[in-house]
Amino acid sequence: MLQSTAVPIPIEDIDTDQIIPARFLKATSREGFGENLFRDWRYSKGDVPNPDFILNNPTYQGQILVAGKNFGCGSSREHAAWSIYDAGFKVVVSSFFADIFKGNALNNGLLPVTVSPAFLDGMFKSIEQNPNATFTVSLEDQTIRNDSTGATFSFDINAYKKMCLLNGYDDIDFLLSLKDKIAAFEKQQVIY
Amino acid sequence: MGKTLFDKIWDAHVVHTLEGGTDVLYIDKHFIHEVTSPQAFDGLRKRQIQVFRPNQTVATADHNVPTINQHLPINDPLSRHQVETLTSNCEAFGVPLYGLGHPYQGIVHVIGPELGITKPGMTIVCGDSHTSTHGAFGAIAFGIGTSQVEQVLSSQCVLQAKPMKMRISVEGQIKEGVLSKDIILYIISKLTASGGTGYFVEYAGSAIRSLSMEARMTICNMSIEMGARGGMIAPDETTFAYVKGREFAPQGPAYEEALAYWQTLYTDEDAHFDAEYVFDAADIEPMITYGTNPGMGIGITGHIPGMDEVENKVNYEKSLHYMGLDPGQELLGKRIEHVFIGSCTNSRIEDLRLVAEFLQGKTKSDHVQAMIIPGSKQVELQARREGLDKIFEAAGFFLREPGCSACLGMNEDKIPAGEYCVSTSNRNFEGRQGPGARTMLASPLTAAACAIAGKIVDVREYLN
Repeated sequence: MLQSTAVPIPIEDIDTDQIIPARFLKATSREGFGENLFRDWRYSKGDVPNPDFILNNPTYQGQILVAGKNFGCGSSREHAAWSIYDAGFKVVVSSFFADIFKGNALNNGLLPVTVSPAFLDGMFKSIEQNPNATFTVSLEDQTIRNDSTGATFSFDINAYKKMCLLNGYDDIDFLLSLKDKIAAFEKQQVIY
Repeated sequence: MGKTLFDKIWDAHVVHTLEGGTDVLYIDKHFIHEVTSPQAFDGLRKRQIQVFRPNQTVATADHNVPTINQHLPINDPLSRHQVETLTSNCEAFGVPLYGLGHPYQGIVHVIGPELGITKPGMTIVCGDSHTSTHGAFGAIAFGIGTSQVEQVLSSQCVLQAKPMKMRISVEGQIKEGVLSKDIILYIISKLTASGGTGYFVEYAGSAIRSLSMEARMTICNMSIEMGARGGMIAPDETTFAYVKGREFAPQGPAYEEALAYWQTLYTDEDAHFDAEYVFDAADIEPMITYGTNPGMGIGITGHIPGMDEVENKVNYEKSLHYMGLDPGQELLGKRIEHVFIGSCTNSRIEDLRLVAEFLQGKTKSDHVQAMIIPGSKQVELQARREGLDKIFEAAGFFLREPGCSACLGMNEDKIPAGEYCVSTSNRNFEGRQGPGARTMLASPLTAAACAIAGKIVDVREYLN
């Protein structure tokens, strides 16, 4: 269960090149991408912080990022999920996520919550009226509550990924446990 | 009920199914490159495990390599370190590598097909969203994140829920001056940048069947630009003829055996699709994009939509402001400063031949910088063998060395802020080709014609 204020970016089709531009993908570790999250929106020419961009506005804080539909489209770079998580977010809410981003987020403990366009709109409105508006996310119950209005939305999540997130299970450990089955599969498989 | 092409291949690769629908999918071939693999190798080291099937992974350096003087050490220390890390990881884990200096080096989605590594019926993944390219051979090919790269390295499998299925048919005769790039830009403009999300696409119809393998790759390559995880085309005589005789294609009796299997790879007549679209090739003219996602495209003679024609006005205004364009404006005659011919979408030998044929006897406009980046070392060599480099040079174009280059602006090949680039690549996102760069996606023919004119033109006016 997470209760937090949220940072709203009411823009649609936010692609992974905006989340983390390619020129910041040169690192060979997973850490430190948070400082370049939304780099070209956060900073103007000459690395001057852009005061109009929401991440530079101290009024808006929180562990929930709320964005317009088709969030995370474009490149498969997992760095996008790493940078959001590294910047302190635990949940991303949108009315629609791009497939690869959604998978990458789930594989990194960042929960993508898909809500209806109306619920998303309600979230943006609540934050607009009160930047301290909070939202409560329960992975166990698969619900998100707009604490200002009391509206609750039940979201879908892949049952396997839910179990992994709740129990801290690991995909690789699971796959390694299947090694004999995979080897047996290979015996009957012809690859041309 | 019959099966789709997608079902046939997917079902033949399921090792195990989890409750809730996630499958453990066996991967026949895994491509890796320097940008999305280092953290996956680190993961193996932390677990103290080896690569499960090292010979089913192939590595190359493409995203972050210079496109001139590749024989010299890489200038940028971060880029150099990333490429060196790939080399040391491949050595440590026994993964075959076609790195800088190797005659097979090139963009991962160009070298797989040209070497005959990509074949019908396969499952193929890579830490790159344009892995969909390989679907042109009737393979299930899709992009994955680094955590999934680690899954494949450690088990030769990925955990993946089965997507929904969509068929997009393009029927009829393709018009003169229209390339497969125009067809896919047209489809994306109709379905939008998110219209394919959640789906795997099969492209069908007489217009698609009439395309060469390289043209088909361009179509499948951009499936992800409408959100689809992948796109595929049923293999046919064109496919078999392309694969036959290539370096890693089966030879002799093995080829005959493979062929017999490949010929079963088609969608049954009574198979079900979750969504279906049919387009008429006669409606498609040369295309160009005006906005900041690949769905924002128009026919070259058209107008940018007016404010009253769009749903999300805030997004639309932001996008056009970035591009320095006005609602309702036409693009013909718009001055441009750069032309980029390259990327996994359009950098194959057929693309270069088409451009060279068009450029013969012409020269680029003085104010245009024109780059041509071959998709691979083999494409570059072939182009030089055919004398295409001389034609490019005479026209004022510069044939460089292979890599992803200004498609994603990771290396030093970038478009300056505020300047316009007609690009044969796949993404026109803000800053994609460099901070502030303004990208207009088009076919190689349209790009070449714009370079000559120094502005946006209709390539059909230059033909014959």
